Amino acid sequence: MDYSLIVGGEAGQGMDTFASLFEKAIKRCGYNVYAYSDYMSRIRGGHNFFNIRFSKDNILAIKDRIDILFALNEESVGIHKEKVKETGIIIADEKVAKEDNSITHLKLSEIASSLKNKRVENTVGLGAILNYFGVPIHIASQVIREEFKEEIAEVNLRALEEGYKLLDTRYPLQIREDDKILINGNEAVALGAIAAGCKFYCGYPMTPSTGVLNYIARYANEFNIVVDQVEDEVAALNMALGASYAGVRAMTGSSGGGFALMVEALSLAGIIEVPVVLINVQRPGPATGFPTRTEQADLRFMIHAGHGEFPRMVIALRDTEDAFYQTVRAFNIAEKYHIPVLLMSDQHLADGVTTKKPFNFKDIKIERHIESNIKGEFKTYELTESGISPRIIPGKIEGTTVLVDSDEHDEYGHITESAEIRTKMVDKRLRKFELLKEEVQEPWHIGDQEPENLVVCWGSTYGAVKEAVEKLLNEGVSIAALVFGDIWPFPTNKLLNLSRKAKKIIDVEQNAMAQLDSLIREVALLKSDHKILKYDGRPFTTDEVYRRIKEVI
Amino acid sequence: MADRYELHEPSWCPGCGNYMIRTALKMALEELNIKPHEVVIVSGIGQAAKMPHYISVNGFNGLHGRAIPPAIGIKMANKDLHVIVESGDGDTYGEGGNHFIHGIRRNIDIAHFVHNNQIYGLTKGQASPTTAMGQITTLQFDGVKVEPLNPLALALTMGAGFVARGFSGDIPHLVGLMKEAIKYKGYALVDILQPCVVWNRVNTFSWYKNRVYHLPESYDYTNKEEAMKKALEFGDRIPIGILYKVEKETYLDRFDFIKEGPPLVDVELNPLDAERLMEEFR
Ligand SMILES: Cc1ncc(C[n+]2csc(CCOP(=O)(O)OP(=O)(O)O)c2C)c(N)n1
Ligand SMILES: [Mg+2]
Repeated sequence: MDYSLIVGGEAGQGMDTFASLFEKAIKRCGYNVYAYSDYMSRIRGGHNFFNIRFSKDNILAIKDRIDILFALNEESVGIHKEKVKETGIIIADEKVAKEDNSITHLKLSEIASSLKNKRVENTVGLGAILNYFGVPIHIASQVIREEFKEEIAEVNLRALEEGYKLLDTRYPLQIREDDKILINGNEAVALGAIAAGCKFYCGYPMTPSTGVLNYIARYANEFNIVVDQVEDEVAALNMALGASYAGVRAMTGSSGGGFALMVEALSLAGIIEVPVVLINVQRPGPATGFPTRTEQADLRFMIHAGHGEFPRMVIALRDTEDAFYQTVRAFNIAEKYHIPVLLMSDQHLADGVTTKKPFNFKDIKIERHIESNIKGEFKTYELTESGISPRIIPGKIEGTTVLVDSDEHDEYGHITESAEIRTKMVDKRLRKFELLKEEVQEPWHIGDQEPENLVVCWGSTYGAVKEAVEKLLNEGVSIAALVFGDIWPFPTNKLLNLSRKAKKIIDVEQNAMAQLDSLIREVALLKSDHKILKYDGRPFTTDEVYRRIKEVI
Repeated sequence: MADRYELHEPSWCPGCGNYMIRTALKMALEELNIKPHEVVIVSGIGQAAKMPHYISVNGFNGLHGRAIPPAIGIKMANKDLHVIVESGDGDTYGEGGNHFIHGIRRNIDIAHFVHNNQIYGLTKGQASPTTAMGQITTLQFDGVKVEPLNPLALALTMGAGFVARGFSGDIPHLVGLMKEAIKYKGYALVDILQPCVVWNRVNTFSWYKNRVYHLPESYDYTNKEEAMKKALEFGDRIPIGILYKVEKETYLDRFDFIKEGPPLVDVELNPLDAERLMEEFR
């Protein structure tokens, strides 16, 4: 069993609440959930929808076709009708698209009026739909009690009960034990940062990255975290670097345009060798682009941003679980090598809600590599074999000071124009990059060990690609996928290995210029035979990936 | 090393006001009994911004225009550090103008010493935001065509709690201002008039010397209107001293866990503390 629901309407019609209640109730029945929110860059009106898929299986992406459409207005019927399977139904209030007899009209608004609260209309619908799937009412009631304060909870509970009477149970879920969490990508990153001991997060609001800032801000006081809404993104990275220099774990984040403003300071991080973690939650560009939609077009930008040559690490986040653990890892790597670690997410991952095993906090290790027994004159940039110099915290050792400098500098951090020192310092910084290469994780490998068809992808396309490839494997196709998380330095072992026997390499990306493919050409000297690209701002469905792979193999 | 303030050989031009500013800074820190490891000088880029290289304290010599953001990050991370920003007029009021404005809004506890030579020194003599209208420079060869910015008036309008002006040619007076600024709880701006012996042939040492005068003993620095009048006085006579000083809540004070707790840098990191946050996702 594998069902999908779309709830669609105008911004401001309460879809968010409906979606989160529905997702939670389904999860509590022991089912996996994958939900994607598709919204416009406006506060009222327009057309927004949630696509919520649920199954016993570990689902990772949305599907083309749906089983149930809950239309909050007529427009939604028109937009999504075609996706509804023959076995599916369309539900709407009786006032919506009255003449359309493909719709199962329910007395949602009438019931809401009789309860003297217009706003519970969606809850009536929720009751109807949950009963359609045989979700026990006590589970749904519990979710409502958790979501709303007393009085409001009461009227919503009555609306729910009324709703339960409206539709019969058609596809009863088998209730199983629920041991999962339900989380989106932005929350997972933020939770990772808090777990990793981030004590300073600054940023400037920019969709779709704002969720990270919001989540950390919510728990800032509880966890001694300074959250600063900066005047601009230029300030953001410079400020985070100051905090990190002074000894706390610091992070900033934005979307592409904001990251563009951080680029000079990224280069600063490179030369002053102060650790920092940064996230770019991508949206389609150039410039303002599609503010609320998804794309993976900043790969090259993240790898190359910043003038001059310096080491950095770029990690693409593949799903919410990966987002959590890689954020934790980013802090450890930044502090081990004294480099910027850049995380890449996108709107699809950021706003996509998934069920996952609860994250394991017990095994998280915090590795800071800070020295405290250095006496006297301190060389911030001591030339070492590894290229990594010892790090101390300014103010913590009497008689010892720390100088960092954006100019080329000598070992003490003092400005220099010496040709010899310049060469040594460049080499020192780049030695760290060589060492970092030993740290990179190979891509996730799905499928055959010696595939004829090798799919390559990165970041949040993971879910759609994994499901599509598994379906093809079931059909007997010789296929495997490599899903890159660590992107820079670029890991090549698995790729070279698997490509040896492969007849076709198929590149799947959410951009127009096949940026991963170009990276593979450059670093692994391989080129893909087919490119499956999508840059309309909407995430791949797993069906689309399946279909388009099928076309080329 | 470093339990006393050591001075390193600067690359400033002979006769540059920066030497006097450094002397005053060293005296101020010594007289306040602050140890070098307890101070961080944050700077941008420019001749003034080279200060952290020439006196042995902790230093963060960052990007042009970007001294204030890291200074804020440093102070928030470790409230025990004395954070001083040293930067030029171009650095602070030009490239970094936005940070200057919004830094004031935070009222964070840092002392900001702007070396205002009314010119871009390091890049060889272009107009800065404080260069006078009509002044001939190496770039504005037929004269500056934009109005100068008045940093003290701007700071007062933005609600700064400590606004002062000094002169590099009056070291004892400048030492006093710097000490007050460092001791002040909150953002303290000291705009220091400083001749540039190479690139500014208008605002020379004697140009300043003939104009500056000490604010009288009777001057009430808690009166904002008076302060504004003094801030606007920049012509035949230029007042130096503390124009305005009042007590205000600082940025740090608005964070209870910093105000009442240890410096952030001393907070233990324990991932398990965050495990309970998963409850809301169940
Ligand atoms: C982003 C950027 N733009 C321009 C410069 C070049 N630059 C360095 S210092 C400076 C102006 C210096 O003037 P000021 O801040 O008044 O310092 P002064 O040298 O006069 O002490 C400029 C334009 C730079 N380093 N970085
Ligand atoms: Mg200047």
